[in-house]
Amino acid sequence: MTLPDLECLSLSKTFGGFTAVEDVSFAVPPSSFFSILGPSGCGKTTIMRMIAGFLDPTSGDIRIKGRSILQTPPNKRPVNMVFQHLALFPMMNVADNIGYGLRRKGVPRPEIDRRVGEVLERISLPDAGRRRVDELSGGQKQRIAIARCIVLEPDVLLLDEPLGALDLKLREHMKIELKALQAAFGTTFVYITHDQSEALVMSDQIAVMNHGKFEQVASAAELYYRPATSFVAGFVGDNNRWRGTLTRAEGDELQLTTDAGLVMTGAQHGRGLRPGDKAEIFVRPEAIRIARAAADIKGFDNRLSGKVTSTLFNGAASRVLLRPDGSHDEIQVALPQSGEFADLGRGDDVHVGWNAAQANVFPANDEAG
Amino acid sequence: MKHLTKRAVMLISATGIATFGLFGAASADTLRLLTWGGYAPEDVVAMFEAETGHTVEVTLSNNEEMIAKLRATGGRGFDLAQPSQDRISGPQEEFGIYKPIDMSKIDQSQFITSMLNATLGNTTVGGQPFAVPHVWGTSGLVVNTAKAPGVKDYLDLCGADVAGAVTYRLKRPTLIGFAYSMGLDPFAAYGDVAAYTDIINKVEAKLIECKPGVKTYWGGGDELLGLMRSGETVASMAWDTGGWKLNAENPDITFVAPASGALGWIDTFVLPAKGEADDAAYAWINFVMRPDIAGMITAAAGNFTASKGADEHVSDDLKARYQASFPPAAVDNIKWYPPVPAGLEAIEGAALDRVKAAN
Amino acid sequence: MQTGARIGFILLFAPLLLWLGLLIVIPHIDLFLLSLRERIGVGEYRTSLANYIAFFGEPLYLVTFMRTAIMSVLATVLTLIIGFPVAFYIAKFAKGRAQSVLFLLCLVPFWVSELVRTFGWMILLRETGIFSELLQWSGLVDGPVEMLYNDAAMMVGLVYTSMLFMIVPLITTLESLDDSVIEAGYDLGGTGPSVLREIVIPHAMPGIVSGSIVVFMLSLGNYLTPTMLGGKDSLWFTEMIYAQFIVRFNWELGAAFGFMLLILSSLIVWAMLRLTGQTLEKTMG
Repeated sequence: MTLPDLECLSLSKTFGGFTAVEDVSFAVPPSSFFSILGPSGCGKTTIMRMIAGFLDPTSGDIRIKGRSILQTPPNKRPVNMVFQHLALFPMMNVADNIGYGLRRKGVPRPEIDRRVGEVLERISLPDAGRRRVDELSGGQKQRIAIARCIVLEPDVLLLDEPLGALDLKLREHMKIELKALQAAFGTTFVYITHDQSEALVMSDQIAVMNHGKFEQVASAAELYYRPATSFVAGFVGDNNRWRGTLTRAEGDELQLTTDAGLVMTGAQHGRGLRPGDKAEIFVRPEAIRIARAAADIKGFDNRLSGKVTSTLFNGAASRVLLRPDGSHDEIQVALPQSGEFADLGRGDDVHVGWNAAQANVFPANDEAG
Repeated sequence: MKHLTKRAVMLISATGIATFGLFGAASADTLRLLTWGGYAPEDVVAMFEAETGHTVEVTLSNNEEMIAKLRATGGRGFDLAQPSQDRISGPQEEFGIYKPIDMSKIDQSQFITSMLNATLGNTTVGGQPFAVPHVWGTSGLVVNTAKAPGVKDYLDLCGADVAGAVTYRLKRPTLIGFAYSMGLDPFAAYGDVAAYTDIINKVEAKLIECKPGVKTYWGGGDELLGLMRSGETVASMAWDTGGWKLNAENPDITFVAPASGALGWIDTFVLPAKGEADDAAYAWINFVMRPDIAGMITAAAGNFTASKGADEHVSDDLKARYQASFPPAAVDNIKWYPPVPAGLEAIEGAALDRVKAAN
Repeated sequence: MQTGARIGFILLFAPLLLWLGLLIVIPHIDLFLLSLRERIGVGEYRTSLANYIAFFGEPLYLVTFMRTAIMSVLATVLTLIIGFPVAFYIAKFAKGRAQSVLFLLCLVPFWVSELVRTFGWMILLRETGIFSELLQWSGLVDGPVEMLYNDAAMMVGLVYTSMLFMIVPLITTLESLDDSVIEAGYDLGGTGPSVLREIVIPHAMPGIVSGSIVVFMLSLGNYLTPTMLGGKDSLWFTEMIYAQFIVRFNWELGAAFGFMLLILSSLIVWAMLRLTGQTLEKTMG
């Protein structure tokens, strides 16, 4: 079995009485793209700074290729970091920025020039060496910041929300480019972000983090379809969400009566809920089928009829809001792009339905956001 | 737009008027007095203002700065100044910064006659008198007699027994005092540049020789008092009043008239060339020369005045200190500064610079 | 409205122009003309370079001139060496309230006049002063120690007087250095000294240069500190200028001295800018 490039064991960090990171363990296999996704303040930056060496963990261990690096100062760790605002050295030109780490390692000058040239070639900026940092565009700076680390051939490259400062179009583009760079260099990336689409698009594995703990570590698809906790369900992707009381449990299938009085069925995927428990049910807008006639949805486990309260046009992500008859709840439903619902308007009668397997039920959690 | 222009013009003229107000003349009954510390005590100023209705603005200074200030303005900005009598004819000939005194407006009966005549003799330029005497005093040695009993003359400041505990100024009185102590007569050589240069060169050599024993060259009166008071220095060249002031605090320290003679100075009244309140100036001169007022000034400044009969109004303490420092023979031995011919300062200055630079 | 705007413009700039014209340009022209005047008799003058010849002909003047320049450079370097860590700490480590308090502490000495500050040092350093007493009390020395009246005391005074003017521009430039840039320096293998040399100092260079220029000018033009703390051997060029103007009545030579000082300070500032590759616009802007 190959050793993981990066391994954190029961990592904890407290500041005074505040626990920023609590008992976090994970392993990142070689050449993979690992993301830590969480809202701001969840402790993800603390983990990254502990790996880079700018913070000492309160307890636990960090290993690179099986060897603990806790006693290694940041400038000796085989880990490099791309900072949130990139932190390029404004007093140096591009080539000197990239060559900085090599100079510090005492690599001979011609060798530095050769390797800097190579890496510039690979990030498609072969002639940028003499340019000043402030002459570069946002995307170019991004690539230079990565090249500056990659040229040192680190075992792990840490990226601290490097796309945060870019505008939307460029961010979409850089997501793809980052993934391509990672694949091209084969370096292990540990990427932290609060933007789920960045994490979902690029990562092999994603850890969803909340209040200092990992809620789930899984692939993007698994997080999406099989969230392990209500936090993950709420944080990753969009969801309709109801609170209620379980009225029946049959194997994996549960029946729940919402606080507003709707009755629906869902799946608990082995979470061990019992009738009488307070619970929450999550249904993704895109898992719900919409129809003008009740007959069209009769194959679904859950069926509701209601009136459209508003349509939210957003191209491919267009939605419709509707209110089921006899209830105050609102349901968000994704609109198919086939055009048959293009003329849907406020007040129209519609029918919606979804399967129990697509509806995740979790124990009610008061603080989950 | 027209309004704006009009307003701008008004603003400019207002600014102009304000500017002129700042630099221009004060009203004629304000006496702008350029003097030394202690020569115009607040109680005297208050009495004068009450009696005459004039107001007095006092600016404190010293000889060199008084002359520099008047030179810079061509004698403008002050109505009455008080340089020493030896610094009047030279600057007057060179820069013309004073105007003659109308002796008919001075109550000459209030002055000690010999002192008035001596001052008039020294400050007459082109047949016209330019100054009347006010306060006089001497400079000599201030010695801690318990720690440095051997210091009797300027040259004793170079003695091995007081090495490292001596201070004096690097100014012309030091050159003159050392010259007398060395048996030379600098005042006699005032008219002969070559002879004077020769004397100054000898003094310069002596001062350089003495330099290792000097703790520091003092610059201000407070610095000197601090040095003597703390005991860091035990012998110094200084004014008589400084010595008497220290004597009041510590009986061991007092002013000693040097064996070769104390140096006597007289501070005078002169009218700056462009003074604008001559009447107030004459009124001030006649007022402060009254024996009772002169006594108050002596009490404040520590020095005696040229006012006839003012002795009665001086405290016995001060008289006693004076008599202890000046036995009758020492009074006769005082070397009064004659007027400094223009140009001598340059010779002295170069010598003083070289002493300062010597190691 | 155009005329109105122009008048407004003129009014806004009038104080500045008056200031520059009346207090800087005209006096300097006057001073320059004065320096070209030679006294040949009572009240008689002619135009010549005699004063400048006198300056270059008298080793004493040249020695004092060079000594003043070298000591001012030394004071500037010392102020920088002492001020840099202080400024770095205030800008990078002190946070919030502590930062303002520390900054205020740097400012406090400037609430009293320079004279009082200098007297303060005299009280500390003199033979019967606090340091001397303290050393005797602790038994480290047997007799009183004189720490005043030498070049070291003068240097202490000069550095102390100008510290704030070094620290303020340094703090400003250091604060603008993103912490993550320093961290990136470490992360990429840099050590403390190399990060300082390659990242912090190059970034702070405009602040270093502008602080150094101000401190150098202040030291060069200082009069009180050298005369009061320096003692009997403390030659300082401003002292000579003062002596020529006030004591010797030799305004002509004084003016020539003044111009030499102006040329010297301009030259050294120019050299400093050239040496560090900075421009005046960059450091003062």
